[in-house]
Amino acid sequence: MMVTLVIFAYLIIVLIVGTMSHRFFRGTGEDYFVASRTIGPFVLLMSLFGTNMTAFSILGASGEAYHRGIGVFALMASSTALVAPCIFFFVGTRLWAIGKRHSYLTQVQYFRERWNSEGLGLLLFVVIVALIVPYLLIGVMGGGITLNQITGGQIPQWLGGLLVCVVVFTYVCYGGVRGTAWANTFQTLVFMTLGGVTFFTIVHKMGGFSATLERVSPDLLILGTHIKPMELLTYTCIPLSVGMFPHIFMHWLTAESARTFRYPVVWYPLCVAAVWVPSVLLGIFGSVDVPGLKGAEANSVLVQMIERHAPGVLAGLLGAGVFAAIMSSLDSQSLSIGSMFTHDIVRHYGFRSHAMQEGLSEKRQILVGRFFVFGILCLTYLLSLVLNRSIFKLAVWSFTGFASLFPIVIAALFWKRSTKHGAFASIISVVILWIYFFIQGWRVPGYTVSSTGIMPVAVILAVSALAMVIGSLISKPPHPTIIQKFFPSEVEKTDI
Amino acid sequence: MKTLFFRWMLYIGLVVLFLLHNDFWFWDNSKQVLGLPIGLAYHIGFCVAATILMALVVKYAWPHYLQDEERNAKSIK
Repeated sequence: MMVTLVIFAYLIIVLIVGTMSHRFFRGTGEDYFVASRTIGPFVLLMSLFGTNMTAFSILGASGEAYHRGIGVFALMASSTALVAPCIFFFVGTRLWAIGKRHSYLTQVQYFRERWNSEGLGLLLFVVIVALIVPYLLIGVMGGGITLNQITGGQIPQWLGGLLVCVVVFTYVCYGGVRGTAWANTFQTLVFMTLGGVTFFTIVHKMGGFSATLERVSPDLLILGTHIKPMELLTYTCIPLSVGMFPHIFMHWLTAESARTFRYPVVWYPLCVAAVWVPSVLLGIFGSVDVPGLKGAEANSVLVQMIERHAPGVLAGLLGAGVFAAIMSSLDSQSLSIGSMFTHDIVRHYGFRSHAMQEGLSEKRQILVGRFFVFGILCLTYLLSLVLNRSIFKLAVWSFTGFASLFPIVIAALFWKRSTKHGAFASIISVVILWIYFFIQGWRVPGYTVSSTGIMPVAVILAVSALAMVIGSLISKPPHPTIIQKFFPSEVEKTDI
Repeated sequence: MKTLFFRWMLYIGLVVLFLLHNDFWFWDNSKQVLGLPIGLAYHIGFCVAATILMALVVKYAWPHYLQDEERNAKSIK
């Protein structure tokens, strides 16, 4: 009972923080979707980090480490610690500058104008929304699992997932991206602090760090036991997904200035380590504490350990920390697809002329975007009721799709000769190969290409890049006005 | 010229660090360092190295066009 009360109290606090930002709302679409580009360095760091750390990093990482040991940290955490800040630096800052110069609010707007193609924008919108659903799904599943386990089964899993959806939808609708950024900052601080408390409490109750480590099966403490060398190498492609996530793009645009990026670029690697080290170690210790979990059952190992070693108020607080990690991602993802629907569909097709003739106000357009978010959350929630998959693996499939689209953003930013035909070829190759590998992987647990250890992402990424190059070179070069618009002369002279 | 050289050295440093991520030399090593399995300790050290290198990149290789962008923003204010 006490656990439930603490978690409900936490959810109310998040709602208050998220909706408090409404006081600063300036009543414009730009303010709702990119906070009028006024977010400072610390909030940007917390927003980007909180958004990227999901149920995947807390429940997924511990569940995967339960089965595969310390190698999980190398697979995802340390590679992200280098790749993500590099993307912030080389890609994020450039997109921020272009977004500010041309008043873009979504990535679809940029790509559509960069290659002057309506069809490309529409295709990209559909692909991004389709890929974001599995990512949303792990949040909703994580919320359900956490509440169910931590209350000893008193609250059913379906209710936990529903609660997460309702709270996130409420403050996203009310507070916009500023509310999301504030709630993210608060929640990131909560899950980083409580994550540390969870780790030390559980380890202490289990008899201390060294004593527990000695009880762990040695194969979980060696990198190569459960991971093939090619798997480690090709897994480093997965964090490239950061460059194409719509929610990360949205947070980049909120930055007050280019200098705002310095904090996230420098501190991101340490923040990743601070969250992933306890998650992975607790997953490994879980193999001693809660032995015998099979497959996706390990998603709940961390929550089971919290319930076992930290009963009462502390369990509630630690559960709230897990909730914080989950909701700090769900909110940005929901808002970003709402933003894309509002700008790239409602405003761009059909509703623009109505707006002028019948006075469909900016507020109405935002409302339509909210209905879309509501629809997507409903779909995700329903899927969470029927699917029982590993959170880690579901997320990796979503990341695979986004990472495979990475050549598009690189070509758009750095290759003047790239064309819409190249971009089309690239996206279509991603769609076809992703579906093929997903069907293969669905049947075979731990699937890699021909059992070589090569992750599908490496193959799809290579084909996608090749398709971009060939498609561009065999089509007409882009019009000089496009080049002039996106590659101003000072950029050419002064930078790579 | 010196600045350009240092900038490229830092970019090369990023590539080298990326290559060092694949620590096949600790693949079957079961030793412990600072009370942690060596495979985990190495990757925690990798994160620290990434932080230091990114701090150097931000300080010494910040893109010129962003400095222009900031100057423009200030003059508009």
